[in-house]
Amino acid sequence: MAALLEVQGLSKHFGGLAAVSDVSFSVAEGEMVGLIGPNGAGKSTTFSLLTGFETPSAGTVRFGGESLAGLKPHQICRRGMARTFQIVKPLSRLSVLENVMVGAFCREPNRRKALAVAEKEVDFVGLGDCAHQASASLPLARRKRLELARALATGPRMLLLDEVLAGLNPTETEAAVGLIRRINARGIAIVLVEHVMRVVMSLSQRVVVLVQGQCLVVGAPAVVSADPRVIEAYLGATHA
Amino acid sequence: MSQMDVYVLLQTLISGILVGGIYCLIGIGLTVIFGVMRVINASHGELIMLAMYISYFLHQAFGLNPLFSVVVTAPALFLVGCVMQRGFVGRLRGSYAEDNSLLLTFGLGLVLANSVLLIAGADYRVVETAYSRAVWHVGGLSVSVAYLFSFGMALLFTAALYFFFMRSDLGLAIRATTQNRTAATLVGVDVERVSWISFGLGAALAGVAGALLTPIFYLYPTVGGLFTIKAFVVVVLGGMGSIVGAIYGGLALGIVESLGAVYISTGYKDAIGFIAFVLILVFRPGGLASGSRL
Amino acid sequence: MRKAWPVIAALAAALAFPLLFQSNAYLLNVGTIVLIFAITGSSWNLLGGYAGQPSFGHAAFFGVGAYAFAIAFPEGGAWTVPGLLVGGLAAALIALPIGLLVFRLRGPYFALSMLAFAEILRLVAQNWTSVTGGASGFMLNPTLSSKIAHYYLALAALAAILIITARMAASRPGFYFLAVREDQDVAEALGVNTVAYKMLALLVSAFFTGVAGAIYANYFAYFEPNVVFSIVEISLATYLIAVLGGMGTVAGPLVGSLVLTSMGEVLRVFTGTGNVLFYGVLIVVVVLFMPDGVVGMARQLAQRRRSRAGS
Repeated sequence: MAALLEVQGLSKHFGGLAAVSDVSFSVAEGEMVGLIGPNGAGKSTTFSLLTGFETPSAGTVRFGGESLAGLKPHQICRRGMARTFQIVKPLSRLSVLENVMVGAFCREPNRRKALAVAEKEVDFVGLGDCAHQASASLPLARRKRLELARALATGPRMLLLDEVLAGLNPTETEAAVGLIRRINARGIAIVLVEHVMRVVMSLSQRVVVLVQGQCLVVGAPAVVSADPRVIEAYLGATHA
Repeated sequence: MSQMDVYVLLQTLISGILVGGIYCLIGIGLTVIFGVMRVINASHGELIMLAMYISYFLHQAFGLNPLFSVVVTAPALFLVGCVMQRGFVGRLRGSYAEDNSLLLTFGLGLVLANSVLLIAGADYRVVETAYSRAVWHVGGLSVSVAYLFSFGMALLFTAALYFFFMRSDLGLAIRATTQNRTAATLVGVDVERVSWISFGLGAALAGVAGALLTPIFYLYPTVGGLFTIKAFVVVVLGGMGSIVGAIYGGLALGIVESLGAVYISTGYKDAIGFIAFVLILVFRPGGLASGSRL
Repeated sequence: MRKAWPVIAALAAALAFPLLFQSNAYLLNVGTIVLIFAITGSSWNLLGGYAGQPSFGHAAFFGVGAYAFAIAFPEGGAWTVPGLLVGGLAAALIALPIGLLVFRLRGPYFALSMLAFAEILRLVAQNWTSVTGGASGFMLNPTLSSKIAHYYLALAALAAILIITARMAASRPGFYFLAVREDQDVAEALGVNTVAYKMLALLVSAFFTGVAGAIYANYFAYFEPNVVFSIVEISLATYLIAVLGGMGTVAGPLVGSLVLTSMGEVLRVFTGTGNVLFYGVLIVVVVLFMPDGVVGMARQLAQRRRSRAGS
């Protein structure tokens, strides 16, 4: 069976700097894959390349069997690949529910149906009690849930989560991890960029390690975390 | 190309360069304000107009040569600039500050222009000095002395600004704030102070421009609009926030307009500036001089 | 949820207005002007208030609409309504290449580019004498002379843009406009074709502004390039009307036009001049102290009252 996402030889050069260099990996339907690497390894750039915010200098990306070359971000979203942003960006002057409705309109042009989808996702992430609140007034942890609800409302087959746990305290982190598991349980594939090693290793079925833009190793978490090259890349600071 | 054609071309270029010098003067203050505050000051022309009126009245009352009135107009406009920033522009907060700053400064410009209109009346005024109409003939070409003078002053002030920004502590603080406001704060720069000083500086430069332009232009309350538009084009051509760019931008605009007026049509001369403005904004937002350090 | 009844009440009042004040030509004139500017303000609002692309050059579309109408049907009469549509279409056609060119610009740069285009068009109108009559303006011979008829034409056009705005605001286009306004990257990531939706807002906005320009031309039967392409009288006034009334609200521009036009008339009666000074002061006050406009502030007050009453 063909993988849902197939990345082959992906590269991106900015002037003389190779931010991403010959990266290849695949993600199967419903799989949870971790994307890790030291700062500056090219993880965010990879996300931008996958979602159409940057154009690759080389390589191919195939999603659901179709090439994503030349597609704009909104087209990629419609194909079923959604993302959250590292720096949370609520649509400030809209309420929580209205934010999620923007996402819902991706699949449902009809307002009433979009509203139903949005309400469902808002409840799913646990923001039901503040659905009509101004999104700008939410604390960080709730804003992250909003990002998730918004992305879920677009009806994705795969979700790219960009450091979604950053800035959360231990309690919030536990809750977020639970939420991510529940999202995955819906059959949505997830690619997870994280620095919280413990979480990535426990959640992921496979892990991709990027170092200086290149793919160091791809494998099961236990294998990867024992790999001496990976440990060296992090200079011993692996466990959070 | 006949000798006549060569002369016409040379004359056109020279006129363009000289007018360009004036455009530089007009644009420098605007680019300083934008560089630091990311505010597009739509009242810049009105600031120049104020300086011109001050110059004019000093000339009427004391017979003071407008060039020397710089000593008065520069500090006076510095004060006006500070008041504008502290009292109005600086009060804009929030994520929509940038959008609203254009509208706000436009409104302030209207208030300035129309207040002057009410107080001083709509009459066209002019200051005649010994060199207002003087023309220097060199090799069959005519060079307007007044324009030449302004051109020279523009270069002088740009050089002075260059040293100020490169060598002084305050200049360094301003440059730091231009590059990265947050980082500047972290390094200990008083960004609030830099803000109003920069606005004042930009306004003071408008004050200098006004004093130098008084012998050349007719003066009336709404003349500011013309200057503002030219200043915008100059700044965009040269790169927003770049002082050296203002020089390139002013010269480029002057030459292109001059060529257009002679070889295409006088009526559409102003349109050229606007077209250049849009094209540069869209295709080369860094301005013609992208890569300049200042 | 948005209550439609204030807008409906206002429209009903507007319908009855000329019948009540038939004999008062002055009031009818002011009313028509209020309507014309309410149309331009509402059109601007779609692009600037909802989609977040504030233009400082809507006079471009107003002027194009005026000239298109005047050139095509200087006599008006039976051709008046098609003429208005021609005005609107001409403006939308001009908007197409402009939008494609400048939509990559954000905020104030977009606003200034629109200003540049309005100025370019003004200069064209001023110099292309053979077609536009040049700086001396364009004289029309409208066979439709009834002032009341003009009033109702303007009202019909206003009703159209208000209905379109309301319908859009309540459905997908409206949400997508707002998303584009708040954060274009997020919008793209959520499946919004930002280029297409900005274009949609621009084209509708330009169309109705063009219609307003055509109505203006037909009503006054004479206009000059400096008037219909005016930075202050048209572009700025339109922007101000939307901000004053409340950007991103349906009723905002209508309220804004009422307030601005009537205040302007009062000033004219008492001072004779100083109109523009008043604009300037008003802008400063509105931007600094009431950026959400009259309708925006009213909404906030209502919301505060609602939450105080408990939910």
